[in-house]
This record gives sequence, structure tokens and C-alpha cells, in this order.
Amino acid sequence: MKRSWWILLAVLLIGALALTACGGQQPTKAAPAGGNQGGNQGGSQQTGAKQLTFGILLVGPYNDHGWSQAHYDAAQTVAKKLNAKMLYVDKVNPADRPGTTAEQLAEDLVSKGAKVIIFNSDDMKDSALAFAQAHPDIYVIHASGDNAWKEGKDYKNLPNLSNVMGKMIYGKMIAGCAAAMTTQTGKIGYLGPLINDETRRLASSAYLGAKYCWEHYRNKDPKDLKFKVTWIGFWFNIPGVTSDPTQVADDFFNNGYDVVLSGIDTTEALVEAKKFHDQGKKVYAVPYDYRDACEEAPEVCLGVPYFNWVPGYTKLLKSAQDGTWKSTFLWLGPDWNNINDPDTSSIGFEPGDALSDAASDAVTKFETELANGLQLWKGPLKLQDGTLYLKDGQVATDQQIWYLPQLLEGMEGQSVPQK
Amino acid sequence: MSKQLERWGFVLLATLVALIFTSFVLVLAGASPVAAYWYILKGSLGSWTKISDVMVAWVPLLLATAGLLVTFAAGQWNIGVEGQIVLGAIFTTWVMRSLQHTNTPAAIVLILAFIAGAFGGAIWSAFAGILKVYGGVNEIFGGLGLDFVAVALILWLIFGPWKRPGIGSMSGTEPFPHRLWLPTIHGTRLSLWALAIGLVSIGVVYFLLTGTYFGLKLKAVGRNPKAAYLMGIPTTKYLMGAFIISGIFAGLAGAVQVTAVYHRLIPAISSGYGWLGLMVSMLINFQAAWAAPVTFFFAALNIGSIQLPIMLKLDSSLSGVLQGALVLSFLLLEGARRRWVKRREEAKNE
Repeated sequence: MKRSWWILLAVLLIGALALTACGGQQPTKAAPAGGNQGGNQGGSQQTGAKQLTFGILLVGPYNDHGWSQAHYDAAQTVAKKLNAKMLYVDKVNPADRPGTTAEQLAEDLVSKGAKVIIFNSDDMKDSALAFAQAHPDIYVIHASGDNAWKEGKDYKNLPNLSNVMGKMIYGKMIAGCAAAMTTQTGKIGYLGPLINDETRRLASSAYLGAKYCWEHYRNKDPKDLKFKVTWIGFWFNIPGVTSDPTQVADDFFNNGYDVVLSGIDTTEALVEAKKFHDQGKKVYAVPYDYRDACEEAPEVCLGVPYFNWVPGYTKLLKSAQDGTWKSTFLWLGPDWNNINDPDTSSIGFEPGDALSDAASDAVTKFETELANGLQLWKGPLKLQDGTLYLKDGQVATDQQIWYLPQLLEGMEGQSVPQK
Repeated sequence: MSKQLERWGFVLLATLVALIFTSFVLVLAGASPVAAYWYILKGSLGSWTKISDVMVAWVPLLLATAGLLVTFAAGQWNIGVEGQIVLGAIFTTWVMRSLQHTNTPAAIVLILAFIAGAFGGAIWSAFAGILKVYGGVNEIFGGLGLDFVAVALILWLIFGPWKRPGIGSMSGTEPFPHRLWLPTIHGTRLSLWALAIGLVSIGVVYFLLTGTYFGLKLKAVGRNPKAAYLMGIPTTKYLMGAFIISGIFAGLAGAVQVTAVYHRLIPAISSGYGWLGLMVSMLINFQAAWAAPVTFFFAALNIGSIQLPIMLKLDSSLSGVLQGALVLSFLLLEGARRRWVKRREEAKNE
């Protein structure tokens, strides 16, 4: 007993020595990088305006080639643009950061001078809300989520909370069009994650785009277009819990579905398409989320619908910087002048190498039509079970689209989770 | 005396090796090791808030480790500890869910929830014990299997019967009302109740293993089950007892995670404390007296390393590198020490 305490003391001593011995002055040298409590210190280096410090919490690794990296890259761009200072913590989830909550990490960033905190995931909803309530003096941006939407179902009246999200429905429509212009069998598969408002909305958007191009550009009967959604149960494969996305993609390709659109966070659809392609089959895939996603298998990639968070973050951070902040719900669409403009378009579609010239022309034409006001979320539209969703000529409201209760008529696949 | 010095020397050496290795990794990553260690230190012990945050993470890790020490004393590798934490959390959540909208006083709900948590952990651990003792299934394989089942179960609950209204989400079940949160010290996230449970638990385990006949016999079973059996110790009973006690503490860890840390059930509710507890147990050579300080050190590393991405743009998994390096270098040097001692004694005898 006694001896062990001595050893412990020794360990701690050594630790302390090792930590401080060689570097008495080092920490102070590094300190300016962190800034002082207030954040007004940065301002002194700048003439006039106070420098804004903001923090961003990323749910995944900052370099995940997907959701989190899109946020990280955008935040960095915006920081440069506004001459703001950015702090970040990545892998903000209980599995990667045991014993911490997003709220706690947000407070850490505040103690380093952040005046705005961005929460980048739906999974941080509780933390974002609790944090916004507890810190009325800090601006909170929650990417995805609808708590700041006055007309939404989950409105919480918090003046310091805003939401931002890209109108991916357009990206998915374009992706659907690319699939419809490419398919030879008339069968399109959609590899879906779990079933909720958002995923129903996106799968249905892809279907609407596919149906339109099939009918109007290929002059075919919509009844001959098969569009099947298979949900794996989550955003990525969890062995034993979700269906295996590799298996689901294989099943699609083996059953005559020659284009698979991915709605999940990982790249199984693309990988499997390449496998079948290498065996001489003509199959294609459309990944999701991140602009460079096609690079993994360009020979089968028709293109990728992706998020660009720069416009949304610029708008919100700027308002925090110049004191014009108002709690808002931003559901930002593409810039129809150029949907791939990194500064102005909140969603985009990057065409892939496998998209044929003819199909590419059609996709461009479709984009132009959308830009000119083509409405696909317009009646007559029925839900999957045949109930009327939109009357003839009726255009869906944002609420009707956001909270889509079922898949649409003509789509195959589950609309609601099994009990 | 010289023997003690020698032990010290090895502890020192092992720590140095780990630090040097980690520093090397840091330099490779283009960072100053001194700055990194400094920020970890400041981020974990730099203020009372930080220290209380470390303690929040410390308690469940301490509980898991306390349980593991009991099974290790009986010579069992209770790999199923992760699943036991999960089951503890599930049972706790179940009680909380059933009673949250009733008039039951919060204190009673929480007490029942903790009892249920301990029970859940004990059941899951007992399964591993039964498989081992009566089924002849190695506890490592049985435990691993049960871990997988536990994870499948918790995901099913969160995305199925216990999902939030409308959608299942990785963020877990709907949070419990505030009154069912384990009360915390004002201005911190630390609950004195949780802290007390953790400290009492490790105290109980320490006493059990070093101050009772039960502990002595358990160790006998752990060293040599056959000999223990021949000496009249009912080995199966003792093994099962070890599993159940271990499970109780793991279950309590799960209960703390639900009632004091996350206030709901989340998929990663165990925070990996089971695995970390296994590492700590090895590092301290299964000595209960060391459990509290070393788990505190590990918790401090976890909390402090959050500063790495913020201040130095470094990956915070470097704290994991340091933890792993510590365990490995201790194990390596312990092996080396034994050989060295043995050789010296052989030399002496010649």
C-alpha cells in the first residue's frame, strides 16, 4: 500500500517534470494562437472593426471526404473572407469523445473567445438547443434542424438560434435526371439510409427529377420507369444492425437496376458499380454529400449532388459580425446562374466522367428549366398509398416538402419504418 | 530497499519511454510536444471547471475498472464489460422511462434506476459467467459475443421502440426531464452523488480484494483453480460471484452515464470505458490501490486532449496514443524486469 503511493507520487512528479522542464516559456509563446478570454485582443491587430471569433463543432473527422469536411472547408473559406478567427473541434460525438457533450465543448470554445458556435449535425440538436438556452449572449448556428423555423413543427423561440440547410431537393432532382437519361433498363435503385422526413423528401425529389426527364426528354411512359428505394437503416453500415449496403447495391445491379443513387454517407454504391463495371456490365452510380466524391471511381460516376455551406455561413456569421443578427431559418437553394459557384450556390451538382454527352446535355437543359421556374413539387401528386398530396396545379409549400409524410406514388419501397 | 528503488526505476523508465514515443509521434505530426502536453495539462487541470469535467468522465471509468479488478482477481478476462455497461444503461433508462411521467419522487426514481442498472449489468455478466463456468466457453469469446448482442439491442431500442417521436436518431432517446438528472454541484456538471458512488465502489473493491477471506479465496481461484478446488474452495461459486460483482459495477457505470452525463440513452452510451478500464487494469498490474489515480489520469488525458484540435490543430486521438504507449511500455518493461530479476537470481544461485 505505502509503496504504491510512493510510486504514484514518483509518476506524477516525473509527469510534471516532463511537462514543464524544458518549456517554461513555450506555453506563453503559443498563447496568442488561442487568444484571450474576450476576443477583443484580436481586434487590436486590425484597424477599426473587431475581429469575430467563431467556433464550429464537427460531428465527424474534419477530413472525412463527406459531410463534416464540407462544413470544415466552408467555415475556413468564410473565416478568410470575413477575416474572422475560426476554432473547431471535430469528431464531436459520444463515441469519439467519451465523457463529453457537444454543449460542454461549445462552452470550451466560448472560453477561448468564440461569440458564435456552429453545431453541424442533426445529432447535436439537444445540445444546440440547451446551449442556446443557457447562453443567450452567444449566437448559435445549427446546420440542419428546424428549431428556428417559425412555420415549422418544432419552433423554439430563441433569438440567438438560427438554422441553415441546403435545398438538396434540387441536387437530388438533377441526380435523378442524370440517372433517367442513362438507364437502359428503365430501373433505378435508391440506396436509402434510415426513414425520416428528410430522407423521404430527398428520395422523392430524385424520383421527381428522374420521372420528368424520362417522360419529357426520353419521351417514355412514366409507368415504364421503375424507381425502387431500399433503406439500409442508417447513414452507414453497422454490421448486424443495418442491411449491408454492399449487398443492397449488388442486389440492385443483379436485378437489372443499372443506376444506383446513393443516399447514405459512404460509397458502397460507387464501389459496387465499379466492380460490376470491371466485369463488363454497364452500370452506374451517383454518390452524395461531397464535391469530389466521384474521384473514387470516375468511370461509373454520373455525378454528385453536394452541399456548399459557404453562402449560408457567410450570411449568418456576417450578421453576427456587424450586429444585424436575427434568428432565422435558412433553407438555401442553388444559384441558378451557376449551381457550382462556390461563393453563391448552397447546393451543387458536379457531373461525372461516366455521364454521356447526350445525357449531359439533357441534364444541363433540365437545370436551365429548373432555373426558369420549372416546379416538380406540383400537383397532381399522390402519396404512395394513393392519398392526394397536391391538387392539380397546386405547388407544395416548404412545409409540405420538408415534412413529407410518405414516398410518392410510383415509387417502390417503404414509406414509414416498420413497427 | 534496493528492490523498491528498482521498481521505481522501472515505473520511471516505462513512463519515460511512453512520453518519448508520444513526443516522437507529435514531432512527426509537426507539433511541439511541450506545447501539446502543456495544453493537455491546462485543459484538464487548469481550472475548477476543467477538474470537475475530468471527474465527470472519471467516475464511470473508475466504476468499470473497479468491476474488472474483481474478475481479474479471479483470473477472468471480462471482455464483456462493455456490454455490461450498455445493459446497465438500458435497464436504468427503462426504469426512468417507465416512471418519468408519474408522480414518483425524483429521488425514488433515481434510486430504482441505479438498482436496475446494477441488476442489468449483473445479468449480462452472469451470462458470460454461465457460458464460462457451465458451458466451457472462454470468457473472452463469450464476452465479445455478448458485447455485440448488447450493441445490437441498444441500437434496436433507440431506433425502434424507444425512438423519438417521428424519427430515430443517432442522438439517442428523448432527454429525460430536468428533475430526473442527478443533481450537480452548482455551475459544474459534476454530481457529488455519482462521485460518491464511484469512490465508495473502488473502496469496496479494494477492501474486498485485500481485506477479506472472499478476496483471498478469489485470488486463489484466479491463480490456480484446480488447487483451489482441491483445497475446498467452491470454484464455480466464486467464479460466478466474481462475474456478478463485476457486472454490478459495470452496470452502475452505465447508470451514471444515463443519469449524470447524457441524461438519455445514446448508442455509444458506454463511451468505451470498458476497453479503457481493461487497459488501466493491465497498466496497474491489477492492483486496486492504483485504480483511482490512474483512471483519473486517463480521464484527464481524455478531457485535456480536446485542447489539441482547438489550440494546435492536432488530432486529439493522440491522447489515445499516449494511453496505449503507457500500457504497452509498462507491460514490456514489466516483462523485461521479470526476466532481469530471474536472470540475476539464477546468477546468484550459481
